[in-house]
Amino acid sequence: MPVVMEADRIGRTLTRIAHEVVERNRRVDGIALVGIRRRGVPIAQRLARSLLEITGREVPTGALDITLYRDDLMRHPVGPQPVLRRTEIPFSIDERRILLVDDVLYTGRTIRAALDALIDFGRPRSIQLVVLVDRGHRELPVKADYVGKNLPTSLRESVQVRLTEQDGVDEVVVDVVTDESVAVAEGGHRERTT
Amino acid sequence: MSAPPEASDVVRVAPDEATAGLRSKHLLSVEDLSPEEVLLIFDTAEAMKEIGTRRIKKVPTLRGKTVVNLFLEPSTRTRTSFEIAEKRLSADTLNVAAGTSSMVKGETLIDTARNLEAMAPDIIVVRHGASGACHLLVDVCSAGVINAGDGMHEHPTQALLDAFTIRERKTQFEGLKVAIIGDLVHSRVLRSNMLLLKVLGADVWVCGPQTLIPVGIERFGVRATTSVDTAVTDADVVMLLRVQFERMHGHFFPSLREYFTVFGMTAERMQRAKPDAIIMHPGPINRGVEVSSEVADGPFSVILAQVANGVAIRMAVLYLLAGVETDEEMS
Repeated sequence: MPVVMEADRIGRTLTRIAHEVVERNRRVDGIALVGIRRRGVPIAQRLARSLLEITGREVPTGALDITLYRDDLMRHPVGPQPVLRRTEIPFSIDERRILLVDDVLYTGRTIRAALDALIDFGRPRSIQLVVLVDRGHRELPVKADYVGKNLPTSLRESVQVRLTEQDGVDEVVVDVVTDESVAVAEGGHRERTT
Repeated sequence: MSAPPEASDVVRVAPDEATAGLRSKHLLSVEDLSPEEVLLIFDTAEAMKEIGTRRIKKVPTLRGKTVVNLFLEPSTRTRTSFEIAEKRLSADTLNVAAGTSSMVKGETLIDTARNLEAMAPDIIVVRHGASGACHLLVDVCSAGVINAGDGMHEHPTQALLDAFTIRERKTQFEGLKVAIIGDLVHSRVLRSNMLLLKVLGADVWVCGPQTLIPVGIERFGVRATTSVDTAVTDADVVMLLRVQFERMHGHFFPSLREYFTVFGMTAERMQRAKPDAIIMHPGPINRGVEVSSEVADGPFSVILAQVANGVAIRMAVLYLLAGVETDEEMS
């Protein structure tokens, strides 16, 4: 399976994004990072570290679980529920500029769910989207503000971001999905919403 | 009261699983749950708890699902707890209570259930005075059934929220001494708690007047005693059960005053327990009967935490049960 981004590349990409964030937001006072579980969270934390190095300011960082907002919940008559994880946003998002962070942007459905979830927490001044990889195939009108890498893919491929914090290694790999696993992906609660 | 343990210390289900579920779409008894399923419910409840701290305490998860709360025996805590849980998950809820249902006109439970069934609810939450009433409903209805207390049989969500509260304070169950004191014979809470705590590995002691200890209770793998001091000594958890006057058709002890003198939990008696022991009570409390106000409102008490956790546990159960396959063959 081809590795399309290695550890080095991921590190440099995130540093670049951090600089872009500073460039576009001038003062980082009003901003906060919210990572989407699971792999958006370590990416958000890494961006927070970069932003601290660049600007000397701590940027509040939270974690958002979108499971309860998924649009495919309860639509499948069979199959177990997605495992629910904890949402931790230990600051008020009111009037803040929120940087929503995820690993892969695909159909846009996860982002739709995340926007709904965030709005339940308050009324941010704005929400910007950061993704490490944009693999295309949008099903909803969603566009990222900061993209690590644009990666043209076919529907038969799966893109996996692995991060040291959760997977022991930093890499992005593209895999060709066999017919069987496509069937699983469409029938059950697989990560179709990314 | 000790500080809550670090989240990372708590035993969890495989953290990388993307999906997990319960095998049954009903929750009738804690006996039906495997230890893994219990931990899944706890982990889910932990995430649900956060929703209660938000300004908008609502998620769209069960939008369009109908939940009927069929409460044919008085209940404030359990019914409101289920109702809040259902509303926080955006389900449409319907309450049928004993006094206002057609059962006062002589309708049988089965007929009531069939009529509710015709309105196509997704989940029915049942509280009934007869043991096993919810098992009857499972045969008649195609909806998922949650037992919210049936007679003297079981009260699974209460046991789950009790164990969840213990896990929050004590991290693990292995080797924990849990003393359950009070009216043992009439208590469904006791039965569900004994079954669940044994599965989780706790060392369970039960204590009460001889007349209120069911014959053969040792079969549940618990140790029975009539001495409160023996039960409380070195206990990590002291769980008090309500004296259930409404179910007592006879004289089980001479007077309330005497009950309190012999079995009532006081600060003095609590000194025999471990210094970080917690006091639990499923409610409603009879102050000055099974527990003194000093203890119920004191630093050991987690009684109100139990109430808050009850909502989270019921949200978790509703969420997980709603994902289980519906049996098409039943109608």
